[in-house]
Amino acid sequence: MIVSERKSWEEILSFLEEEKNVFLIACGGCSDACKTGGTEGLREVKDKLREAGKEITAALLIDFVCNKVLIGMRLNRYIEELKSSDSVLVLSCGIGVQAVANMLDIPVRPGDNTIYMGGFPGVWPGEERCLQCGDCRLADTGGICPYANCPKLLVNGACGGSDKGKCETDPEKDCVWALIYERLKNIGKLENLRKIYSPRDYNLILAPSERKKSIFWALETVEEEPKEEASEERRLSTL
Amino acid sequence: MKLKDLFKKGKFVITSEIGPPKGTNIEPMLEEVDLLKNKVDAINVTENQSSVMRLGSMAVCRLLKERGLEPVFQITCRDRNRLALQSDLISASVLGIENVLCLTGDHVVLGDHPQTKPVFDLDSIHLLKAARNLVNGYDMVENKLDGSPDFCLGAVVNPGADPLEPQIIKMEAKVEAGAEFFQTQAVYEVKKFEDLMKAAEHIKVPIMVGIVLLKSAGMARFMNANVAGVFVPDKLIKIMADASKEDRPRKSIEIAASLIKEMKGMCQGVHIMSLGWDKYVPSVLKAAKLI
Ligand code: SF4
Ligand code: SF4
Repeated sequence: MIVSERKSWEEILSFLEEEKNVFLIACGGCSDACKTGGTEGLREVKDKLREAGKEITAALLIDFVCNKVLIGMRLNRYIEELKSSDSVLVLSCGIGVQAVANMLDIPVRPGDNTIYMGGFPGVWPGEERCLQCGDCRLADTGGICPYANCPKLLVNGACGGSDKGKCETDPEKDCVWALIYERLKNIGKLENLRKIYSPRDYNLILAPSERKKSIFWALETVEEEPKEEASEERRLSTL
Repeated sequence: MKLKDLFKKGKFVITSEIGPPKGTNIEPMLEEVDLLKNKVDAINVTENQSSVMRLGSMAVCRLLKERGLEPVFQITCRDRNRLALQSDLISASVLGIENVLCLTGDHVVLGDHPQTKPVFDLDSIHLLKAARNLVNGYDMVENKLDGSPDFCLGAVVNPGADPLEPQIIKMEAKVEAGAEFFQTQAVYEVKKFEDLMKAAEHIKVPIMVGIVLLKSAGMARFMNANVAGVFVPDKLIKIMADASKEDRPRKSIEIAASLIKEMKGMCQGVHIMSLGWDKYVPSVLKAAKLI
C-alpha cells in the first residue's frame, strides 16, 4: 500500500501555467484508497482544472498506474488525444508518474506527493523508484526521480563526478542527472535546469508515522473509557 | 584580502592548493607553503579531499593566515548538514578567512570511510546561497545575524565535462546563487578550455584555469581512467614516460608552463594543483613568465 497526498492546488496550477490542454490520468490502486486517485480524485481534479480554464483532452482511470502493460493498453486508444495535449497530469504515487513519463514524450507531472510505501513498491519496480520524499519533483525533472537514483540526492543538476552519463560512485550506473538532462532536452524543457530548487524538507521525508498510515481501518475496536467517570475516578484515587 | 578585489584591479590571479596531512604533523606542509609566499595570491586548502579523512581545512586556513598567506577555505556538503555548514562559515569568518570555495563534495564511497553516512543535506548551489545570505546578514531561514561575515565566494566548473551544456547551465545557477569566481578542474586539452570559455562568454565572472602538475605517466593514466572530465593526451603521457625519474619534475614544469602560456590569454587566473609538488610551483610560474 503506497500512501500519497494531493499536492497543493497552487503547485499543480504552477506546473500548468503556460499550458492549456491537459491529459488526466488517475490510479485506481493505492491512490484510490488514499482518495488522491480513483474516480473521486479524478472527478475532483477534472472539475478544478476546468474551473481554472484548462481543456481536459481525456480523463482516464487506470487500475494500477505502476503497471506499464496496463498503461500501454489504455493509452494506445488515446493517441489523438495525447497528441493534442500539452502535458499529462498523473494522480498516483511517484512510480506511477515515472511509468507514464517513461512511455510518452511530452511533459508528465505529478498531482500528488508520495509519503510512504508500506511494504509494496508498485508493479513497475524497474531501476526507477521512489524514495517517498513527500514533495514530488517529477514535474520539473521530466518524470525521472532524482532522489531515488542520485547517491547524493541532488536537486540542482549533476555533481562534478558525472562523467559521460555515468555516476561517480559506480561506472556501471547511469548518472540520473544526465538522464534528466537528455529527457528535458527531448521534451523541450531544458529551461527547468536553470531554476534553482530549494533544499529538501526533511520533515516531509522523515514523516511522522501518523501521516504514513496505510491501514485505513482499525483491526481491533478499542473500548473508549467514558471520560467523565474516568476523570472522576482518577481524582478520587489521587486523594 | 579577497580574490575579487584582485580581479577588479585586473590582476591575473594565481592560486595554488595544499592538502592537509592525515594527522597532527603539520611541519612538512608549512615548510612547503612557505615556499609559495609572495609567489601566489592565495592558497586553497582542501577539505577531506577525495573523501579521505584528514586535518580540517578551517584550522589550516587559520595557520596560513598567521604566516601571512591568504587562504581559500574549501567547504563541501558531504560531511555537514545546513546547521553545521552555516555555523562553520561564521566560524571561518571570525578566524579571518575571507575566500570560500563552495563544493558539493565527492561521494563518501570514493574515500577511506566508505561506510559513513553521506550527508549532502545541501548542494553547492544551496551552499553558495546560504553563504551569500550570511554575508547579507541573514541565515538560510531569514533569521537576522548579530554581525555578519564578509566573503568572496568561489565555485568550480569542469571544462572536460561531457556533455558540456549542463555544466554551463549549472555555472549560470552558481552565479545566480552567489559565485564570484570559478576555478576549473585540471585542463590538459587547450581546445576543451577554449570551448568552455566560448560557451561561458555570457557569464561575467572571472574564471581561473586549473592546472595539475603531471608527476608521471602512471598518474596521467590513472586520471584518465578515474577522474571525471580529465583527459591527458597521449603526447603528454609519452613525454612523462620517456623522462628519467630525475628528469620528471623538469618535464612536468615545462608541460604546466606551456599549458598556462597557451590559456593565459583566455581567462582571468590560474589555479595550480601541485599534489605535493609545491616546491616546483615557483618554477612553473617563472617558466610561464607569471613571476
Ligand atoms: S520526487 Fe521521487 S521520491 Fe519524491 S515523491 Fe516523486 S518519485 Fe517519489
Ligand atoms: S554522478 Fe550524477 S547520479 Fe551520481 S552522485 Fe553525481 S549527480 Fe548524482
